[in-house]
Amino acid sequence: MSEPRTLLAIDHVSKNFGRVTAVDGISLDIRENEFFALLGPSGCGKTTLLRMLAGFETPNDGRILLDGRDIAKTPPNKRPVNLMFQSYALFPHMSVRANVSYGLEMERLPAAEIRSRVDAILATTELVPFADRKPEQLSGGQKQRVALARALVKRPRLLLLDEPLGALDKKLRGAMQLELKRLQHEVGITFVIVTHDQEESLVMADRMAVLKDGRLLQCDTPHAIYEHPADRFVADFIGVMNFVPGKAATDGVVAANGARISGKVPATLSPGASAVASVRPERIRLFPEAQTANRTTGTVEALAYQGLDLQLHVRTPLSPKPFLVRVTADAADRRPVASGDQVELGWDAADVRVFAE
Amino acid sequence: MKHLPSRSSLLMAPALAWLAALMVVPCALVLALAFFRRGIYGGIEYTFTLENFGLVFDPLYAGIFLNSARIAGTATLIAVVIGYAAAYAIAAAPRRWQPVFLFFAVLPFWSNYLIRTYAWIVLLNREGLITQLLRWFGYTGEPPSMLYTEGAVIAGLVYNYLPFVILACYAPLSRLNPELAEASRDLGASAATTFRRVILPLTVPGIAAGAVFVFVLSIGNFVTPALLGGGRFQMIGNLVYDQFLTANDWPFGAALAMALIAIMLLVLMAQALAANRASGHAAQVGGDTDG
Repeated sequence: MSEPRTLLAIDHVSKNFGRVTAVDGISLDIRENEFFALLGPSGCGKTTLLRMLAGFETPNDGRILLDGRDIAKTPPNKRPVNLMFQSYALFPHMSVRANVSYGLEMERLPAAEIRSRVDAILATTELVPFADRKPEQLSGGQKQRVALARALVKRPRLLLLDEPLGALDKKLRGAMQLELKRLQHEVGITFVIVTHDQEESLVMADRMAVLKDGRLLQCDTPHAIYEHPADRFVADFIGVMNFVPGKAATDGVVAANGARISGKVPATLSPGASAVASVRPERIRLFPEAQTANRTTGTVEALAYQGLDLQLHVRTPLSPKPFLVRVTADAADRRPVASGDQVELGWDAADVRVFAE
Repeated sequence: MKHLPSRSSLLMAPALAWLAALMVVPCALVLALAFFRRGIYGGIEYTFTLENFGLVFDPLYAGIFLNSARIAGTATLIAVVIGYAAAYAIAAAPRRWQPVFLFFAVLPFWSNYLIRTYAWIVLLNREGLITQLLRWFGYTGEPPSMLYTEGAVIAGLVYNYLPFVILACYAPLSRLNPELAEASRDLGASAATTFRRVILPLTVPGIAAGAVFVFVLSIGNFVTPALLGGGRFQMIGNLVYDQFLTANDWPFGAALAMALIAIMLLVLMAQALAANRASGHAAQVGGDTDG
């Protein structure tokens, strides 16, 4: 695979509204043809960053380079970037076709070209039967596809999507996640999606950036972020994590009850400092082999079958919160457990991540 | 339209009775009056005639109708431009300030119409405030004649009915999703194109409602042309007033009044029809919505 080309470089961009800093010195690169997610809790600055990419806000500091050209001060109608609004923002007085044609009319393209391009995108988004309808006559999913078609028909260098699935119900959302990914692949346009839903970005994104309080915490592939979170916040925000609070040692963390959790300790943590050891629920085994590095006993408080796997809440002396353990249904069948049972838990040192508290 | 349940009919009864007693009956009486002859020494001679309606189309009086329509039309145009701009500015202001601005826009309405109109006399008088202001800036020539002109009448009408336009335009402007304008810009439209193709079409109902209001109230107005227009027969309102109270020709005054009412009804019906077509079309196509 050839070296991926950087399409958009966000270079030390900051934005404040009065005394509130919404985006604080963020730098990140978005590559050609990737599906990139900006993820974070509400108020983390992801929407402000998106609006700066679209041209609705101007950064107080920093550069936004698209194909190497600084577009930070270019007005929204003069940049090859399109935004799909969270509210869809379809023009209510125009038909679906007129909504989709609008952006091409602004480019003053010949009528025949507009027509053929609009026809093509309506076919791609399966909107042909609704071409003459007004937005108020469409379902939520249809409106979402019109908003997408209206932005895609412009063939932007970059398509921005602001919580594109937020207004849809859960079942439709799952289908649209895959649909969006398929479309992105088909049209070959770089997508940048803003979401607060970590599951959504894990499913859809090629790479993602985790933001908090206007700062970039981590930018990597979903797999790398899930397996190697940069800090405690990311570890907690992405997926589910069990934490054992304690003090840092050279080769692990000493829990409050004196138990030692073995794992690699980052060089920045000096021995004796407050630290947490963490492990993912699916990395914990029930009734582990004797030589397993980390072991504890606990009481099963609750369990839930989820088809393929079984989730257990296990009260252990290691942490005030019960451990969440996820084992395959197979493993559960081999040695059934019930609520109230005493169980042994174990996990490898390689699966432990240690963070500063 | 749906059939109203009987309880709502009962609730509407007082309003309907009020309308019938104070609107329909007097109108019917005036209409009847228009078909009689004027007595030699004033009064009414009860013989049937269509002469009064014929006289309405006399070039002298038809000209006054046209003049009224022109003055009312000019006032409407000016009021819509100023009022829409003001409503736009108010709708764009921070949410918590909007009620304050609206309050000030409507404030003149709480004072008496006559007093407000007299205030304009104080302003436009030969030695009024404007002339004095000019003198203060060093103007030494003849004082400009502003009062008792058509311009003064138009200014008075615009001033009096502007709040209607502001309120009528503010309603759709404040409901407009600001993301629609952003979407238009995002798709490559300039600010001017965005206004012309997105904001304006979506707020036309407000403009139409405000315009009809100003036009209908202006074309029949007689206080403003009497006070600011210098009492000449500039508008139908004055003519009707004069026929009833000075010329003592009630039947002709009635015919003129009926012609005026007919014009107002036509304007209102045209607006209702246009509004109905806009919403009726959507409702009709909306029948087969099922995605």
